Amino acid sequence: MSKPVEINEAKFEETVLKAKMPVLVDFWAPWCGPCRMVAPVVEELANEYEGKVSFVKVNVDDNPKTASQYGVMSIPTLIVFKNGQPVSNIVGFRPKPELKKNLDTALAAG
Amino acid sequence: MAESIKKYDVVIIGGGPAGLSAGIYTARARFSTLLIEKGGVGGQIINSEMVENYPGFPQGIGGIDLTQAMHQQATKFGMETLYDEVTGIKASGKQKTVKTSQGQFTAKAVIIAGGADRLKLGVPGEKEFTGKGVSYCATCDGAFFRDKAVAVVGGGNAAVTEALELTKFASKITLIHRRNELRATQIMQERIKADAKIKISWDTVVLEILGDKAVEKIRLQNVKTRKESTLPVSGVFVAVGSQPATGYLKEVLKLDNVGAIIANDRLETSVPGIFAAGDIRSGSIRQVISAAGDGAIAAVNAGKYVSG
Ligand SMILES: Cc1cc2nc3c(=O)[nH]c(=O)nc-3n(C[C@H](O)[C@H](O)[C@H](O)COP(=O)(O)OP(=O)(O)OC[C@H]3O[C@@H](n4cnc5c(N)ncnc54)[C@H](O)[C@@H]3O)c2cc1C
Repeated sequence: MSKPVEINEAKFEETVLKAKMPVLVDFWAPWCGPCRMVAPVVEELANEYEGKVSFVKVNVDDNPKTASQYGVMSIPTLIVFKNGQPVSNIVGFRPKPELKKNLDTALAAG
Repeated sequence: MAESIKKYDVVIIGGGPAGLSAGIYTARARFSTLLIEKGGVGGQIINSEMVENYPGFPQGIGGIDLTQAMHQQATKFGMETLYDEVTGIKASGKQKTVKTSQGQFTAKAVIIAGGADRLKLGVPGEKEFTGKGVSYCATCDGAFFRDKAVAVVGGGNAAVTEALELTKFASKITLIHRRNELRATQIMQERIKADAKIKISWDTVVLEILGDKAVEKIRLQNVKTRKESTLPVSGVFVAVGSQPATGYLKEVLKLDNVGAIIANDRLETSVPGIFAAGDIRSGSIRQVISAAGDGAIAAVNAGKYVSG
C-alpha cells in the first residue's frame, strides 16, 4: 500500500524536481470539495502505479508559490513531472480511466 | 480484460445524494449493491460550501461533509463503490447488463441517479482558459482571485451562490445574466442585491473570453441594444445551468424533451427493473432532499422488483 505523501514548498525540489521516478502532484486545498472527491481515486492510482510513479499532494493554501509557479488557478489540478519537467496537466476531476490513460501517455512519452 | 462478469442484485449509477441514499436502503436491506461513479462520490452538491435547507442541520452543513457521511453510511451496510463511467445498459428480461468503460456487470435492478452535468458557456476562449481563469467551482477556485475582479455568468441559484461565495475573495464581482430578472430564490436575491461588491449586468451575454496566458477580459453584448463592451476580469465563473446526464440512455429509456428520464410515482422507467432517482428524473425539483427522497423510493421499489 502506498499513499500520496503531503509535501511543502521546501521539499518540492528534492521530492519532485530531482526525483528519478515520474511524480504525480495533486494540487489541492481542504476547502475544495472536488479535491476531497478525487482523493480516494488518486489513492487507488497510487497503489496501482506503485514502483512506477510516486504520488505527492501539495496544499495550495499553504504553498501558494509552488501553485502559482506552475500556473495552477483551479483545483484539483494533477501535474505529472518527469525529470523535473511538467509533462501533463489535468484540471478538475476526471473519470479514473481517463486519469490512467493520461498517466500512461505521460509515462510513455520521451 | 477478460474477467468474469460480476453479478449484483442492484447496480446504482451515480454517487450523488440520490445514488448514495438508494445505496443506504438497498445495502441495508441486504441486497448486494454496486455503486458506479465516474468522478468522485458526492455529486453536484460538493460545490456548495454550506447547504442551508437540508433538514437536521440548523447551522448548515458542507455539501462534501454531507455526502461523505452518506457514502460512509451506505458502505457500512455493505455497498461497494467502483470509480468508472457507465457507457450503456442492456435489458434482457429480468437481467440487466451495465457496461462501463472498463468492464461490465449484471444486475437484477438498476437505479439511475446520474444527476446533471454543468452546461458549458460555449464561447471562444472558454476551453483554452479552463483552469487559467475560467472555472466551474467558486468554492474551489475563489481563493486564486483574491483582490481581483471576476465575472459570474448565469442567473439561477447556482450562479448567485457562486457570486456570494466569491465576495470572500474577489474585489469586484459582476454577475452577467441574459435576462432582466434572476431565477434564484427570493432569499438569495435579497442577499446578492444587498452586497456592495456585486454588480449585476442585465440582458447581457458573453461573446468571448480573451487573454494571453490567463483570462484578462471578456467581450459582452447587451441583447436588447446589441451594444458590445469589454470587461476586464481575471476570472470567469460559469453557472449557466445543467443538463440531465442521459447521453448514453437515449436508445434505452423514454426521456422528456430536455433529456430527463420519465418515471412514474414508483420511479419505474419505461423499462421494467430500471429506476430513476434525483435530478436526472423528469419533474425533479433538483434539490438534495428530493434526490435523497427519490433514492429511497427507487431503492424500496427496486427491492420489491428483485424479490418479486
Ligand atoms: C453550486 C450549487 C449549489 C447548490 N446548492 C443547493 C442547496 O443549497 N440545497 C439543495 O438542496 N440543493 C442544492 N443544489 C442542487 C443539488 O446539488 C442537486 O439537486 C443534487 O446534488 C442532485 O443529486 P443527484 O444525486 O440527483 O445528482 P448529482 O448530484 O448530479 O450526482 C450525480 C452523480 O452521478 C455521476 N454520474 C453521472 N453519469 C454517470 C455515468 N454515466 N457513470 C457513472 N457516474 C455517473 C456524476 O459524476 C455525479 O457524481 C446546488 C447545486 C449547485 C451546482
